[in-house]
Amino acid sequence: MSTALDVGLAALVLAVALFAVLTRATFAATAGFLAYGLLLALAWVRLSAPDIALAEASVGAVTAVLLLSAAARVRAHDAEPAEERSDRFVRVLAACLCAAVSAAIAVAVWFLPAPAPTLAPAAATHLPETGLGNPVTAVLMAYRAIDTLLEKVVLLVALVALWSLAPDRRWGGRPGSPPVPQAAPLGFLARLLPPIGVVIGVYVVWNSADEPGGAFQGGTLLAAMWILARLAGLLDAPAVSARRLRIALVAGPLAFLAVGFAGFAWADGFLSYPAGWAKPLILAIEVAMTLTVAATVVMLVEGPPAREPGR
Amino acid sequence: MNPATLFGLCGAALIGLGLFGLIVQPRPLRKILAFNVLGGGVFLVFGAVAQRGAAAGFGGDPVPHGLIITAIIVAFAATALAVGLVLRLSEETGNASLSEPDDGGPGA
Repeated sequence: MSTALDVGLAALVLAVALFAVLTRATFAATAGFLAYGLLLALAWVRLSAPDIALAEASVGAVTAVLLLSAAARVRAHDAEPAEERSDRFVRVLAACLCAAVSAAIAVAVWFLPAPAPTLAPAAATHLPETGLGNPVTAVLMAYRAIDTLLEKVVLLVALVALWSLAPDRRWGGRPGSPPVPQAAPLGFLARLLPPIGVVIGVYVVWNSADEPGGAFQGGTLLAAMWILARLAGLLDAPAVSARRLRIALVAGPLAFLAVGFAGFAWADGFLSYPAGWAKPLILAIEVAMTLTVAATVVMLVEGPPAREPGR
Repeated sequence: MNPATLFGLCGAALIGLGLFGLIVQPRPLRKILAFNVLGGGVFLVFGAVAQRGAAAGFGGDPVPHGLIITAIIVAFAATALAVGLVLRLSEETGNASLSEPDDGGPGA
């Protein structure tokens, strides 16, 4: 029974991906990509990775919104989309190449070594020292904390790079276009869903010590709620020079770095937690990071400043 | 067939599919979308490896799980930057296309 479910799910993922890649209209492709992200999240549940399922579901939806709004803006500039298609020879050659790549990886998957190498016992051994119950949170926040710190910095660097695409005269202004209040159903949904979404987002962070979830999943959910309200024209994007925005953007990495350097004085070195203090410190970092993730994701979707300051 | 092998093979197919879209789709936005499909396939293959490493009462090896979550975030950041570049290109040239303008227009 469950095998049939898995085969059906895998077939559905492939079918939706095929549609998203090959269909002609960009709008339909993006809608297909949204479905692809959600189906992939189900596949992650079947692979017993609920933490990744939460991340994939939230990021897939936000990426689809990003692509949809970009498609709409490109269409506004690009009134007459030229009919561009690569020629037949290139397509056949590309298809052969890609089939070969897929086949090679499929063979590698089929002949993976048994018994599989695993770090799960090592992760389990040290779990009590962190005070956490969710091993994935322990990996992200304790064992491989430096990866997580650098990943948050990558998010910030991407935002800086995106902002630097703005022309000089718009620097310090607000991104996107001014809000235009939308009627129902979008306006209604944007009033109905955010209170629920915000509660779920905070719950996902707060509970991540012992259950699936984390700062990234919760922060992306909070960002999605903001984006929904923004799409419905209920609020405006903050100016990129706004002080409160800047504080939210650096809060996570700063808290992380502060705890990291404090490790030199009170524990065994950079990013190590003093015994008995691991869990409260991790929760404090996660709260600050949730704020940073939410702000960064919102601003990454909004794009570079598009209005001159003061407008 | 266990879920790890099944979704691993599914991931392998997705990688080929995404790569194909990346090569043959002429529009940059569609290339970005295809690249994300490809990324989903890579994560799925890695997820299959993670589930085969299930031990110590966990459903999968938590270390690759953490790495995949990090990778999803970085892929999102890269996607947002790529979309920003495409939009800027279309604003500058009036055309979100990577092919050479044949009329000697802006950007030529």
